[in-house]
Amino acid sequence: MEKKDIIQSFKDSLFTGLIALALFGPIVGLRTASKGEGLFITPQWGIVFLLVGLCILGRFLINLNSARKTEITFFSKFTSKFSAITEDKAKHFAITAILFAVVFPFLPFTDRYFMDVAIMILTYIMLGWGLNIVVGLAGLLDLGYVAFYAVGAYSYALIATTFGWSFWICLPLAGVFAAFFGILLGFPVLRLRGDYLAIVTLGFGEIIRIILINWYEVTNGPDGITGIPRPSFFGLPFKRSPDEGETSFHLFFNLEYSTMHRIIFLYYLILVLALITNYFTLKIRKLPVGRAWEALREDEIACKSLGVNPTNTKLTAFAIGAMFGGFAGSFFATRQAFISPESFTFIESAIIVAIVVLGGMGSQTGVVLASIFLIGITEMFRDLEQYRMIAFGGAMVLIMVFKPKGILANRKPTILMHGDKK
Amino acid sequence: MLKISNVETFYGKIQALRGVDLDVNDGEIVSLIGSNGAGKSTLLMTISGVNKAKRGNIVFNGENIENQQPHKIVDMGICQVPEGRRIFSRLTVEENLRLGAHANEKGKYFENDIKEVYDLFPVLSDRKTQRGGTLSGGEQQMLAIGRALMSKPKVLLLDEPSLGIAPKLVNQIFVSIKNINKEKNVTIFLVEQNAKKALELADRAYVLVNGKVTIKGSGQELLKNKDIQAAYLEGGAKN
Repeated sequence: MEKKDIIQSFKDSLFTGLIALALFGPIVGLRTASKGEGLFITPQWGIVFLLVGLCILGRFLINLNSARKTEITFFSKFTSKFSAITEDKAKHFAITAILFAVVFPFLPFTDRYFMDVAIMILTYIMLGWGLNIVVGLAGLLDLGYVAFYAVGAYSYALIATTFGWSFWICLPLAGVFAAFFGILLGFPVLRLRGDYLAIVTLGFGEIIRIILINWYEVTNGPDGITGIPRPSFFGLPFKRSPDEGETSFHLFFNLEYSTMHRIIFLYYLILVLALITNYFTLKIRKLPVGRAWEALREDEIACKSLGVNPTNTKLTAFAIGAMFGGFAGSFFATRQAFISPESFTFIESAIIVAIVVLGGMGSQTGVVLASIFLIGITEMFRDLEQYRMIAFGGAMVLIMVFKPKGILANRKPTILMHGDKK
Repeated sequence: MLKISNVETFYGKIQALRGVDLDVNDGEIVSLIGSNGAGKSTLLMTISGVNKAKRGNIVFNGENIENQQPHKIVDMGICQVPEGRRIFSRLTVEENLRLGAHANEKGKYFENDIKEVYDLFPVLSDRKTQRGGTLSGGEQQMLAIGRALMSKPKVLLLDEPSLGIAPKLVNQIFVSIKNINKEKNVTIFLVEQNAKKALELADRAYVLVNGKVTIKGSGQELLKNKDIQAAYLEGGAKN
């Protein structure tokens, strides 16, 4: 590496520092504190300089790395290891991952906390896979996906608390309701693409949330719905002392009562739901409707000239994507036993879109990796409370720097030559 | 077979077609030539139903199709190879072909149809699993034509198949178009700026100027026409 390059990258890093200063200066540096009768500003220049310093250093290291393309550095080792995970190897990875997921609850180090995080990651994987149908396959950028999650959750909660129907009846109903809302969103946005579509879907997500807050008679407004029935193991509830005439899970199987039973059951439930979503997506890609989704993503005019009906194609994509969002929503409701509009804010949509995009649009395995990476890292820093979102941002930046097209950017063809079968 | 009478199409307030009359008979190759902005592509898009005619009629096999949805029109047997090929670039060659069969019995494709396309364009068979976007311009054009053939059209609308393609491949593509017409008995309606090639190939031809048909006749007649030679052959498209 030449001296010129070093000077160049040093200049560049200083410029980055300048931008960082402009950003962090007012946001972090000027802290308002209430003292006595008013608000006062307490400067925190120390932290600002620390952050700016970090930005300069980070930028400098990235520059060094990209300047020395041929030499093996720490970063390039890291990235080449990452790009080695191609879709071809993804199959082995997928099988290993599924096996791991199946035995996970019984591993010695698995405790309640790990299980909760795993359930959360799986929920996001399922949401990511659901959204992948809309964004990854059909190429329709949906920033309001959380709306369908909310519809599923509220459908389940309302049906279950009003009629007392079991989870297994409510689950498909929630899916149907969510799919219906998917079509409802689909109609007005049929003619929109790209940025305009994104804005309308964003609005749709907010509309649903605001309806949930304000339609007090039905949704109980911001107070949310409490006492949502927990799922039962094929009719056997997870209760310490079952009601008269009932047998609970631990009595039936002659086990000692433990709250972990329910957690493990929930874990397998979401695992199965997520795998169904994945299986469905993989299958439908090979069917005419799935092929039409991908074609629509590539070129709408060519689709029209070939006789693909864009209206039906888009509506099915929205409906099916929404349906899986609805399933995930009803799982969320039964797991939490309490839902309120608070859980369905825009940031949730943003996280799901981030998972799909950073995973590599349309890649199923990418969604898994991105979920583990983004949600896992954010969870690891839970002790930092609201600052943990910095970790989320950091994880996103890392992916964008090292894998700008997503973790697994290559689309896997649905047809292979006979010799290519792996 | 396909009869277009007095068709007018607008983009907003701008009128692109000012009353076009032409007809295409069963089994013919009909060429439409004209300069940039004459309305050639607009006419094809209007036949396909992507753009709607404000006035006039388009009759296909005795049925009015000017108000039909594009996918219905493909179902009826009119398929277009759009300008600029519009290959699904991230899908493989074979996936592109399967998509072409979308209008056919709800997307069922037939191995036999795919084989016929490969027989017509053997180079595509070598590139089966390659992504559409990695093909050369000429190969993409072949793929676009093959993809359209998958819907088993009665009439094939071709929009500038020579656009941006090496001259050697242009010849090959024009030979294939002739084969499709003669052997598969598909009626061809060809829109071209490469007037010489288009007229040589055509049974009959039309000239479109500013959204109106100005000259019509057999391909050979038009090749000899002094006005056309001056406007489209000598000074215009070369080769």
